[in-house]
Amino acid sequence: MMKSKLMLSMLHHLRGMGHRMIERTWRLGAGARLFFLAIVYSGESFKRFHLTLREIYFTGVMSLLIIIVSAFFVGMVLALQGYNTLQKYGSSEAIGVLVALALVRELGPVVTALLFAGRAGTAITAEIGLMKTTEQLSAMEMMAVNPIARVVAPRFWAGVISMPILASIFSMVGILGGYLVAVPLIGVDDGAFWSQMQANVDFSADIVNGVIKSLVFGVVCTMIALFEGFDAPPTAEGVSRATTRTVVISSLTVLGLDFILTSFMLVV
Amino acid sequence: MDRTTLDLWVGIFVAIGVAALFGLAMKVGNLTSSKIGPTYTVTAAFDNVGSLKPHAPIKSAGVVVGRVDNIVFNSETYEAIVTLNIDERYAFPVDTFANIYTAGLLGEQYIGLEAGGDEVVLKNGDKIDKTQDAIVLEKMISQFLFNKASETEAKADVKAAPPVGVELDSLK
Repeated sequence: MMKSKLMLSMLHHLRGMGHRMIERTWRLGAGARLFFLAIVYSGESFKRFHLTLREIYFTGVMSLLIIIVSAFFVGMVLALQGYNTLQKYGSSEAIGVLVALALVRELGPVVTALLFAGRAGTAITAEIGLMKTTEQLSAMEMMAVNPIARVVAPRFWAGVISMPILASIFSMVGILGGYLVAVPLIGVDDGAFWSQMQANVDFSADIVNGVIKSLVFGVVCTMIALFEGFDAPPTAEGVSRATTRTVVISSLTVLGLDFILTSFMLVV
Repeated sequence: MDRTTLDLWVGIFVAIGVAALFGLAMKVGNLTSSKIGPTYTVTAAFDNVGSLKPHAPIKSAGVVVGRVDNIVFNSETYEAIVTLNIDERYAFPVDTFANIYTAGLLGEQYIGLEAGGDEVVLKNGDKIDKTQDAIVLEKMISQFLFNKASETEAKADVKAAPPVGVELDSLK
């Protein structure tokens, strides 16, 4: 009797595991399908470019403030912390290299993507989820307007265009913040700060790779936000859960992808 | 929101982004400093290049006059053949000395050129004969230890000799 109960509960758990697995694979497939559809129908978003421009305004321009402020503080903290350790080895001039490489290679693309997921990704998910809940998407289909071409593709391209721009701004502002702490505040030599930086930061190996990273993160973050919005159950709770999932999945994917991209880029 | 204001904001956004990327390339990266104008190429053979890398600077009197193009291994002479790109504005005598130095204690390695006294100058495709290898710290330390060891051995020999004399003395 006990044995059969145990067997039943085990079967139950196995079934649950299988169900979750199938569910996740299905969602991955549906996400990939949405991605391809967005690419296929993206001609529309370039033909009527004001749609994309409007989305760039909402995802890119509106994120500027949070990006600039956080970049400034990240750069300043990096300079302070870096100086603390570097001065023990008598090489406080290398602080410029440290700040620039850390920002351009890693922190610029990654922190921008995390902030983007929180600031713009959630907005996209909530907007599309609510559009679906209020049946605006179905209404569009009724009017023979393709919701993928009209709603998904412009937001997708807006995210892909905005992310590298935001990441570049993040890196530059962060370096300026580091400069402000290192040179006027701590008293590192101004010339050594920039010249060491220029000697050690390579344009193609560091800056271009950072831009490539942010492009990939732009595709991934926007796509996750779009899919979660499209996939949200048409209830208030469903939209709220989808928004939460956007942030969680985007952040984890960005961090994981960052490791993979870095390991490819560092192999020369 | 008005279409024109929206366009303006997006324009400003893109302009700031391009400016940031431009600033990164020019002020932070090495896009400006790696440009040294037209160059001529000479080669130099080293027994050991240490951790010299392509794009390492070539300096003469502390001024960057060129960059290392590439480093290959010659399996016949077992030497490293370093190709140097030197700025056309600077001419060096054929008996110029090429040394591999290290910037600072742990810094990157670079090639230092010390001009010789010859009238004839290096041309494209020439080879620098006088070279000095990179200093390998392990080699230096082992040489130092070896010298120390042989020194103490010699001292021990000197010390070992007197007892014979002492013995002889005691015999007297």
